[in-house]
Amino acid sequence: MMNGSTILFYLLAAFTMASALLSVSTRQIFRAAIYLLFTLIGIAGIYFWLSYEFIAAVQIVVYVGGIVVLIIFSIFLTQQTGEKLPSQRLDRKIFAALAAFCGFALTMLQVYKHAFGPSRQEVPSPDVRRIGQAMMGVGQGGYALPFEIISMLLLAAMIGCIVIALRIKPSKS
Amino acid sequence: MTQPGLYHILLISAVLFFTGVYGFLTRRNLITMLMSIELILNSVNLNFIAFNKYLWPEAMDGLFFVLFIIAIAAAEAAVAIAIIINLYRSHHSIDVEQAEDLKY
Repeated sequence: MMNGSTILFYLLAAFTMASALLSVSTRQIFRAAIYLLFTLIGIAGIYFWLSYEFIAAVQIVVYVGGIVVLIIFSIFLTQQTGEKLPSQRLDRKIFAALAAFCGFALTMLQVYKHAFGPSRQEVPSPDVRRIGQAMMGVGQGGYALPFEIISMLLLAAMIGCIVIALRIKPSKS
Repeated sequence: MTQPGLYHILLISAVLFFTGVYGFLTRRNLITMLMSIELILNSVNLNFIAFNKYLWPEAMDGLFFVLFIIAIAAAEAAVAIAIIINLYRSHHSIDVEQAEDLKY
């Protein structure tokens, strides 16, 4: 029994996984960044499919609009255009693929052996009002303290970035 | 081809995670290694959302973990790129094989 929602899910899943594989296997670094962009958009689509619209919006704004743009700028600053990445040694590739595949097989074996509780889908997904009230709540189930800690962390990261990337001018004397 | 559920999303998440691991082990360029780390973080986010949706739909803990992970990932990417650009200035290369001054 295939309906539109199921077909959409499989399309999103195939798109996400294919662009992730291309992103780690292509030898042109700019294409790797663009495939990473497609992967992140596919994951945002899966969040939409799960009807977590707020997380999907955050994913698009922060990852697609922030991190990927930052990565593309740093590629422009550090790479020569049209230059391919050097090819890796074959044994290193084979061992990395073997390690990744063994880890994947072990994980999926554990996941399929584990019986999760029955899934309950009758509850609607949280809307933005509930999310906002919980994020600022200080009582049971409130996340005000981690929110404040994250704001301190972002401030520290911002100042740290400025200090690290600052070009030290040679002194006049 | 069955109705998608928790296991399907866990499968996607595992594929993304180990794709990221493969990329992290094979790449030798710092920016592509950072991209692999982003893939790994995204697979973890997908897992949190799937568990929140299918097992505890009335709670919002997974959702908040994802929000905070996204914020920390943004801070981490910014600091990492600042370090990479600084490394490029001093070594004119962002290959990890070239950045071995602390090794000897």
